[in-house]
Amino acid sequence: MKQKYKQLKQRVQHDFKTGKLSDALSVFFLLLPYALLFSLFIAIPVAIAVGLSLTSFNLIEAPEYRGLMNYITVLTKDPVFLKYVLPNTFKYALITGPGGYMLAFILAWMLAQIQRIPRTIIALAIYTPSMLGPILMQVIFRVLFNGDENGWLNSVLLSNDFISKPIQFLQDPAWLMDIMIIVSLYSAMGIGFLAMLAGVLNGNEELYEAAYIDGIKNKFQEVIHITIPSMKPQMLFGAVMAIVQSFNNGYIGVALSGQNPTPQYSGQLIINHIEDFGMIRYEMGYAAALSVVLLLIIWGFSKTAYILFGEKD
Amino acid sequence: MSLQGTKINPKNFHRSQLKWYLILIPLALVMLLPVVYIFSTAFKPLDELFMFPPRFLVQKPTLKNFQDLFRTSSTTGVPMTRYLFNSITVAVVMISITIIISTMGGYVLSKKQFKAKQKLFSINQMALMFVITAVVIPRYLIVARLGLLNTFWAHIIPYLATPVYVFLVKQFIDQIPDSIIEAAKLDGANDLHIIFKIIIPLTKPALATVAMLTFQFTWGNPEPSNWYIQDETLKSFSFYILTLTNQQQNITAGAGMAAAAGLILFLPNLIMFIFMQSRIMNTMSHSGIK
Repeated sequence: MKQKYKQLKQRVQHDFKTGKLSDALSVFFLLLPYALLFSLFIAIPVAIAVGLSLTSFNLIEAPEYRGLMNYITVLTKDPVFLKYVLPNTFKYALITGPGGYMLAFILAWMLAQIQRIPRTIIALAIYTPSMLGPILMQVIFRVLFNGDENGWLNSVLLSNDFISKPIQFLQDPAWLMDIMIIVSLYSAMGIGFLAMLAGVLNGNEELYEAAYIDGIKNKFQEVIHITIPSMKPQMLFGAVMAIVQSFNNGYIGVALSGQNPTPQYSGQLIINHIEDFGMIRYEMGYAAALSVVLLLIIWGFSKTAYILFGEKD
Repeated sequence: MSLQGTKINPKNFHRSQLKWYLILIPLALVMLLPVVYIFSTAFKPLDELFMFPPRFLVQKPTLKNFQDLFRTSSTTGVPMTRYLFNSITVAVVMISITIIISTMGGYVLSKKQFKAKQKLFSINQMALMFVITAVVIPRYLIVARLGLLNTFWAHIIPYLATPVYVFLVKQFIDQIPDSIIEAAKLDGANDLHIIFKIIIPLTKPALATVAMLTFQFTWGNPEPSNWYIQDETLKSFSFYILTLTNQQQNITAGAGMAAAAGLILFLPNLIMFIFMQSRIMNTMSHSGIK
């Protein structure tokens, strides 16, 4: 015991003299604020969600342990989840995630083909809707798709005699999901898009020249063999951002229709389902289980992106 | 030579670029429509708002919507300027603290050597996928337990740790050569000196990007007011706008005021982006995940 203590003391003294100790302390204190906030508001909430998902909890009484009951209910006894929420979430995420991502790449690539000043202006225009955030939904799209004759779309259709009475775009289950997807894609060109644009622009010119000498014949080959491989890191960042953005946008069905649940659950995504159970019905345990399911879905999508674009060494 | 047309980032105009302009310009115009609409509607007088069929552009512009907006109080009697003041204060505090925290974290993860470094960085990288809305409830419990409910800090503290910002700053600091830092150390600088005298000046593009993204997020985010704050005088401007526009029945009547408010909410974002776009692109070129 004494031996060990002596060794430790010597090591501390040695580290102190060589500056290693102050270095370690400095690392600790510099990292502390971020690490603390990260734990409090990211790591611990995830852990609590996992813990709560095993209980029945209504915010007033103490949580009651129920094992995997919530998960079993999610997968077998929640008709709304199985019939609407899950298919909706996958449809929405698959179209707006990878769809928005491919759009972002194609646009970034086209922008890289033109000169700098027009490129900057057009890129700004394309990025604009993602800056509008909630205004886009509240001020623009609800007026555009408004259900009476004052709605822009209805008014255009009416005055050209395409329809005889206004369509309730935002209240009609047949329309809501499609409108959500359009709105999402429209505003999907966020920071992932900027990363991809920077990625394409940083391409090494010599690489392209060499490829032409080696016999690449057209633009398509050029994109597949040079552009994409040389910007893989940015492609991966863009993919992760696209996935996160598509799930963060999940409130738009509720924002557009003005109600949760959305009309006949037509625009119900897993995020709205969580809010419905957590904030409206106070079934926190069940809502937590849904959160864990959502985190797993997002993790699955990102894992796929890492497999597709990650470097394999 | 076939290479001419395929050039990335061309210096001069070439006929082969025409086809891209032909696609991109109409697209850009469509993307700008909402902005034109907000500008135009914000200045529309009442009779133009109710006109049928509705007109896209304003005929006789007026400032009445803005005057109404500044004069109107919410149903509980809080003037709009109060919400605006809250939002500006929150944004300023939020940006300053976020920049300091992200720089310290990014510096340590980039330039320091210690055992858990790789692990911490990969945890942060995994957290890039974090979606706040998925854990709304546990977060609420933590905010409540910390006694932040109904305080000014509820707007700030829960949102300070953002993995994306630390990631972007770290990737940017990676470009700074170690030799500069070594030299400063030999001259007797400690880590705080290094951060303030070397890292921050050399990382300006990344920090500007973080500032802009933080601003956009904070300025447009009604969530903290919605979830954590009951006291009307502490709520934010973006929350106020949502209450203005959420009255379903009154969608057209409130549209002028809502557009005016939307314009106030949007303009700072646009101006910041225009001024910082070259720095943002510079940061994004280091944003790759390997």
